[in-house]
Amino acid sequence: MAMNNYPSRIIEQAVEEISKLPGIGKKSALRLALHLLKRPESQSLQLAHALVQLRTETQFCPQCHMISDGGLCGICNSHKREESLICVVEDMRDVLAIENTGQFIGLYHVLGGIISPLAGISPSDLQIESLIQRVSSGKITEVILGLSPTMEGDTTAFYLTKKLKEFPIKISTIARGIPIGGDLEYTDEITLGRSIVGRVVYE
Amino acid sequence: MYLKSLQVKQFKSYAEAQFDFISNINCIVGENGIGKTNLLDAIHFLSMTKSARGVGDPLCIQHGEDYFMIQGNFVYQKQDASKLPASETQITCAYQRGQKKSFLRDQKAYPRLADHIGNFPVVLMDPYDTDLIREGSEERRRFFDGMMAQMDRAFLDNLLRYNRIVQQRNTLLKHFAERGTVDRILLDSYHEPMVQLGETIASARVEFLKKYLPNFQTHYAKLSDDREQVNINIESTFPLGELDATLRNAEAQDLAAQRSTLGIHRDDFSFEINGFPLKKFGSQGQQKSFVVALKLAQFDTLAQARPRKPLLLLDDIFDKLDDRRIQRLVQMMAEDHFGQVFITDARPERTKSLLKNLKGEIKYLAL
Ligand SMILES: [Zn+2]
Repeated sequence: MAMNNYPSRIIEQAVEEISKLPGIGKKSALRLALHLLKRPESQSLQLAHALVQLRTETQFCPQCHMISDGGLCGICNSHKREESLICVVEDMRDVLAIENTGQFIGLYHVLGGIISPLAGISPSDLQIESLIQRVSSGKITEVILGLSPTMEGDTTAFYLTKKLKEFPIKISTIARGIPIGGDLEYTDEITLGRSIVGRVVYE
Repeated sequence: MYLKSLQVKQFKSYAEAQFDFISNINCIVGENGIGKTNLLDAIHFLSMTKSARGVGDPLCIQHGEDYFMIQGNFVYQKQDASKLPASETQITCAYQRGQKKSFLRDQKAYPRLADHIGNFPVVLMDPYDTDLIREGSEERRRFFDGMMAQMDRAFLDNLLRYNRIVQQRNTLLKHFAERGTVDRILLDSYHEPMVQLGETIASARVEFLKKYLPNFQTHYAKLSDDREQVNINIESTFPLGELDATLRNAEAQDLAAQRSTLGIHRDDFSFEINGFPLKKFGSQGQQKSFVVALKLAQFDTLAQARPRKPLLLLDDIFDKLDDRRIQRLVQMMAEDHFGQVFITDARPERTKSLLKNLKGEIKYLAL
């Protein structure tokens, strides 16, 4: 049976909002809403508070644009990292995946997405200008493009390569131990670790 | 290989149903509108991960429900003489409105739908086949590309990637027009992969046609009394090996049209009879033979590519074909040319009389 009529407008609104989350349909949303109603009120309030905080108080590292609690992130702030080496990734999940390999000693640059006209994402929506600024400072000797081997990842890598061409730096891409169409996030750590060690220099 | 059983839930007209089939000929009979075509479409879906008539997934869900499920058990018979017991594989497809469609093989999800295509090949003949002649180039590209995708995973990957590039590039061209500016570097980022994949796909189509055409011409000759010459040519928007220059030259045109005007997504397959376009110069009978030969050649070409015969789905074609071509199909069944066959007919007595001389086992399923 289709669920178009809810007994309550409040339930309907909650279902509507919850089902906007990825991977959650109307039925699951209703289940979650009813679950929250069965639990103590405090649980829902804590959830709501966490969500508000997430959205309003999260800050980004001014250098690499990774999520931070304020100011430079832990990686940018560390003295143990190789500052002349930057790995460009799509989002924070990729940073976590690469950090888990323990194979990378440089810094990151989080683009905040990849170029996709279909999704309405153009280069100006991403942290590309700030990447060029970082490189133009002269401290960087190598940029590794750690983008997913999807069509959009490749296009973005191509675009960045062209944009960074004028600088005297090495540009490489992580070696493709990653299955075609695969996400960095789902690649197992050993494969990714090997990829980042055996990276390929762009022509 | 054959489909031993099929279970559908909330798929099209079916609330819930379960069917058992035999490895030879299965006749599905029942009045029009009772769900014969939907049953064959469920089999097609299980093989090709989509409905045969280009119906979107949400429309395949039974009216008023919010998900559907199709599950089939396929049996492989070993070709060699080792007499090993046949192995069974279960394929499950589930789709819920607003979510990703999933395909599972023995309860394990395929990472990508494309990984499933071609594992359980099918060939469908139905009354819409004449669209291949009547309609625009898209129908023909879909037919040939679909066939190649079932045989060659790399081809399918390349095609999906190429189509995605064209979609992105077209959207980009529209954005440029709206803003009145052109980002050359960004446009260039789509050029190289489009050239590389486009050339690969174009060559693959040429190579494929070399294998397919002899099969097609053989079948046509057997379906037709006359000695007319039939041929299929690729009408490309660019000379092979010159896509790079062609796309460069078309850039101004593309910017003006706000879409990618040239490339393999615009190429056509031309059907010819005695050197003339079939659509204009072929008789009704010649066109019917042409279409049947296209499908029979699809069967043979797929069967040659893998050590398993595709399932043959004959949906409501006895109404549309004349005796000569029906007799040829029945003769091929008698010669064991096919593997498992599914036939739908609203008139069971007609099917029974057509198939009465076949020695193999026939199962009738009344809906
Ligand atoms: Zn940072």
